Amino acid sequence: METFHIIILLMDATFRVATPLVLAALAGMFSERAGIVDIGLEGKMLGAAFAAAAVASVSGSAWVGLGAGIMASLALSALHAYACVTHKGNQVVSGMAINIVVAGLAPTLAYAWFQMGGQTPSLGGDARFRSIDLPFSDAAREIPVFGYIYADLISGHNILVYLAAAAVPICAWILYKSRFGLRIRAVGENPHAVDTAGISVDLLRYKALAVTGFLCGISGAYLSTAHGAGFIRDMTAGKGYLALAALIFGKWRPVPTLFACLLFAFTDAVQIRLQGVELPIVGVIPVQFIQALPYILTVLLLAGFVGKAHPPKAIGTPYIKER
Amino acid sequence: MAEGKARFGTPLKIPGWVNYALVPLVNLFAALLISGIVILIVGDNPLKALEVLLYGAFGYPEAIGYTLYYTTNFIFTGLAVAIAFHCGLFNIGAEGQAALGGIGTAIVCLYLDWLPSWAIIPIAMIAAALFGAAWAYIPAYLQAKRGSHIVITTIMFNFIAASVLTYLLVEVLINPAGQSPESRPFIEATWLPFFHDFLSMPETPLNISFLYALVLSGGFYFFVWHTRWGYEIRVVGQNETAARYAGISPSRNIILAMMISGALAGFVGINEIQGVQQRLIIDFTNEYGFVGIAVALMGRNHPVGIFLAALLFGALYQGGSELAFEMKTINKEMVIVIQGLIILFSGALEHMFRPRIEAAYRRVATWRTVEAG
Repeated sequence: METFHIIILLMDATFRVATPLVLAALAGMFSERAGIVDIGLEGKMLGAAFAAAAVASVSGSAWVGLGAGIMASLALSALHAYACVTHKGNQVVSGMAINIVVAGLAPTLAYAWFQMGGQTPSLGGDARFRSIDLPFSDAAREIPVFGYIYADLISGHNILVYLAAAAVPICAWILYKSRFGLRIRAVGENPHAVDTAGISVDLLRYKALAVTGFLCGISGAYLSTAHGAGFIRDMTAGKGYLALAALIFGKWRPVPTLFACLLFAFTDAVQIRLQGVELPIVGVIPVQFIQALPYILTVLLLAGFVGKAHPPKAIGTPYIKER
Repeated sequence: MAEGKARFGTPLKIPGWVNYALVPLVNLFAALLISGIVILIVGDNPLKALEVLLYGAFGYPEAIGYTLYYTTNFIFTGLAVAIAFHCGLFNIGAEGQAALGGIGTAIVCLYLDWLPSWAIIPIAMIAAALFGAAWAYIPAYLQAKRGSHIVITTIMFNFIAASVLTYLLVEVLINPAGQSPESRPFIEATWLPFFHDFLSMPETPLNISFLYALVLSGGFYFFVWHTRWGYEIRVVGQNETAARYAGISPSRNIILAMMISGALAGFVGINEIQGVQQRLIIDFTNEYGFVGIAVALMGRNHPVGIFLAALLFGALYQGGSELAFEMKTINKEMVIVIQGLIILFSGALEHMFRPRIEAAYRRVATWRTVEAG
């Protein structure tokens, strides 16, 4: 029973950590499937996290904060599209520029507006997304195993966690079953064919990046108004890059990407539990090594286990009509 | 304009100064303009900020020393990012490679300090280069042989390098006499000579690694444009298929370019650890690696351009810290904003102004020839 309890706790932590990763990875999926590399997921998340926390603390409503986060992320996404689609700029450089601008801008504005050393005030009450108890969770707790899982693992998260869970099938449906999704996949594989069919490549890529911005906005807002209680500098700590790695590891497909995110999140959850614990044979692992575990795992996964990945064919190359 | 007039209908050649001076200046101006707007938003006067910044960077001898000391770091990381760019690679890992370079330098200075001064300084330099190169080798190998995206692996290696540095300082190299995570001070024989040791100027962190950076810039020029290796690296960067067809191995050159890149970034360790701090500390890399991206982009991957861009960022860092000191609402993150905007305008949006500037130049030039004729 003790092990079972620990596993449930670990899974619970995994879901919480995985939520922003899943949303960001799905965001990246739309952009990359449309042929635009998006290193800027990190910056968009950070920007959204700041905007959401700042507006939520002023307005006192987490939902208004979420809206502001989405708007900030959409704006950054539009900038990325303007550089990469309209001006055919280097997509990796553009993403990196966005990351660096936001890494500086968010604490600068936070410092100027809240005078708290680059943070936003701590959020409470309605300014934060609170956990929801699903119906009958209290009654179900008495039922062994399944009831317990329902009450302690499935129930008791905030609404954005459920939203992320729902986003996976929705995004899969959009990508594979809708006309918009078909066109996105087409423009990432062969923009010339799309152009020949009389569909604007640029407009389509703008739309795809808008979806990216929308999802990244939710992801960032989750960090500062649901998972945490306020914005702190560099609070994304590489999550945007991890999401991108999960997307590559998941071969640009929604469900495998979900599992890749869960794997990263699980490593993170284990990482927190392992700190200072004496293990058989190896003893206590230095905390710095454990903290680096998700990053090491990313490198190992990208190096060895991806196998033959097939990125979208036109990824990274701006579309120029004459060729 | 004689040739321009000679054949009707041939496109006018755009002279070098338009592409290498005017366009970067316009990009810089755009970045500064947006930064000025940000300063307005946070409620300060951008013109006064500019004045404080310029005075803080160049206004008095001590400031110039500090500016050139920062410039040194940016020359190293700018060259590092540039050599990778020449090979078509985007090395975001200069930060981590610089951290490893510092570790290499520190290990030599801590454990080989029984050697005479003339031996230990070059050995420490070689160690910095080797450690940086080794750290760059792994992502390079993974890119060349396994196809792992070098941008993501180098970012991950930055995080891992930070962990390695913290681990070493907390568990291994920590000064037994102290509490904070830093090594014991190096003995004086390992120190690099400061400029104020042999010039009459105030005490600044500027040391001989600045001269070393200038020498390296010359070497960089010679290597990239006048050797077979440099040529091969550029061919791979321009067109991998063509390189392969010409019998040039892309994977060999990717690894070579990245190792040179790592070694160059590692030299930050010399300036910071051996030159200024004289002990190993945490977070000495101070974003120099990321700034290197902006320096290389602005300097168009050419040593002369890189020197000028490095000087600009040196001034921004030094003037920026003065700014954070003088003006209440501005802190050092503002410099990061400016840096990001410069990357945005001179990297991602490089095609925004250039066609317009070139068109404007053409119009002015034709108008002038018509006037003259």
